[in-house]
Amino acid sequence: MNMPEIVGLFFKASLLLFFILMVVLILTLAERKALARIQQRKGPNRVGFKGILQPFADALKLLTKEDILPASANKQIFWVAPLAVFLPGFLIWVTIPLAKEVVLANLDMGLFYITAISVLSVMGLLMAGWGSANKWAMIGGLRAAGQLISYEIPFIMAILAIGILAQSFNLKEIVDDQAQWPFAIKQPLGLFIFLTAGLAELGRTPFDIHHAESEVVGGPFVEYSGAHWSVFYLAEYMNTFTIAVLTVLLFLGGWQSPVLPFSGTVQTVASLSWFLIKTALVIWVIFWIRGTYPRLRIDQLMSFGWKILVPASFINIFLTASVLYYALPHWVITVVSLGFLGATFYFIKKGSLAGNKQDTVTIINSSDIRAQLSNKAEV
Amino acid sequence: MSVVFFAIAAILVISGGIGVVAARNIVYAALSLLVAMVGTAGVFLIGLAEFLALVQLLIYGGAVVIVILFSLMLTKIQDFEFLTANKQWPIALIVAMCLLGLLGISILVEGSATTTMGSTNISELGLSLFSDWAIPFELASLVLLIALIGAVVIVRRDNGEDK
Repeated sequence: MNMPEIVGLFFKASLLLFFILMVVLILTLAERKALARIQQRKGPNRVGFKGILQPFADALKLLTKEDILPASANKQIFWVAPLAVFLPGFLIWVTIPLAKEVVLANLDMGLFYITAISVLSVMGLLMAGWGSANKWAMIGGLRAAGQLISYEIPFIMAILAIGILAQSFNLKEIVDDQAQWPFAIKQPLGLFIFLTAGLAELGRTPFDIHHAESEVVGGPFVEYSGAHWSVFYLAEYMNTFTIAVLTVLLFLGGWQSPVLPFSGTVQTVASLSWFLIKTALVIWVIFWIRGTYPRLRIDQLMSFGWKILVPASFINIFLTASVLYYALPHWVITVVSLGFLGATFYFIKKGSLAGNKQDTVTIINSSDIRAQLSNKAEV
Repeated sequence: MSVVFFAIAAILVISGGIGVVAARNIVYAALSLLVAMVGTAGVFLIGLAEFLALVQLLIYGGAVVIVILFSLMLTKIQDFEFLTANKQWPIALIVAMCLLGLLGISILVEGSATTTMGSTNISELGLSLFSDWAIPFELASLVLLIALIGAVVIVRRDNGEDK
């Protein structure tokens, strides 16, 4: 590797960083607008035309805010933690292709690389929780670690099943393999597991118990302010985008489109736009879930992960592997997978796996109390 | 160029290792372990063993160090003060030296092989893992199973007989 190559690589990496920063800015606005629409509000509408410049105002405000270091916090760990959360999330992007030729480095084990690197970001949350010297931050950090370790298993298993189906860990080859049928049709169960476990990995709203405001205030981020706090949120939105992009690449056929009659650069631009449209749809679903589902309780979260998602992911892998091994037609995976998806929804709906019954709060109607009181009075 | 990368990885491994042994704060020691593990992954990467490097990151960096930190943070730091006044260091030194000698001898006997650049073939790796090396592989999983059962036993003893 010589000097110009290193400079070129550095330039490409900074271009990628700039692209991701722009996407994050757009996502913050899009999320606020989407949530506002769900809650019948207008959302940000003061800065710029219909609030379009709101993210820039937010960024400016966050960067000029005072950075506070708690007196008893561990200085080094406290300052390194935001970087330890952001860096693994960014390193994943080295191998994610956005179109056929738009990628920094197409690794043969790209998918495996992504799983290996993404695991490291838990460390940053733990460091933030411990370094803040705050009991809420500590509890939040431990919750994050417990949650992420639990949901990593179904997440990686769903990815492995895709690797088995495509017979490759190379993201480009996986997308090429979906030219006819996207894997979402072949593995509906896998898509469900991947998206749910991915949401849990992100710590987004149905699964955001590690920074649940009503329980642990802000979790690991409670002592952070200004620029360092914004790095955490930058990482969170970047990871949201990553999960959406991965869902499109692994399940929805990436940049494959029904008709693209162009060639050369025009085709690249067209397939990139098609890819981004699919990604935007997945992101909208993620925002939609956030706007409509309440937060899970921690025991519900754990039992959902271990008793539903982990067995389902094992079934998914077993099913895919056995169908490929016995050279059965691929629609067998679809049918059986749909059956198990139905069973999964049945178990969720039934709620028999929700765990600790004695901790649930029962709501008593005032009429019931009155009836009980009158019964006592009669006795 | 690879010399520079090797130097970086080696510095990570050595400084991380020294940190694990010398750090007075037990959480620092665990974080130093992570640094050493990442450095080891870097060394694997220079040896063109990409798969091994990623497994190193996933299992040691991701799982083992996080579980160690998790359990450390649930305890009081004061409980670990005896660790800084360790009386067993001569034994540890002897064991470490023996391991170093073993590695040195094996390198002298086998000679250092030069690997050529090439992409790792995952399907070949899987085939040899599940045919030639099936028994060691299954034994390794048995070790994990024993650890899991041990954890369950410890938890149940604390909980009493009510479940």
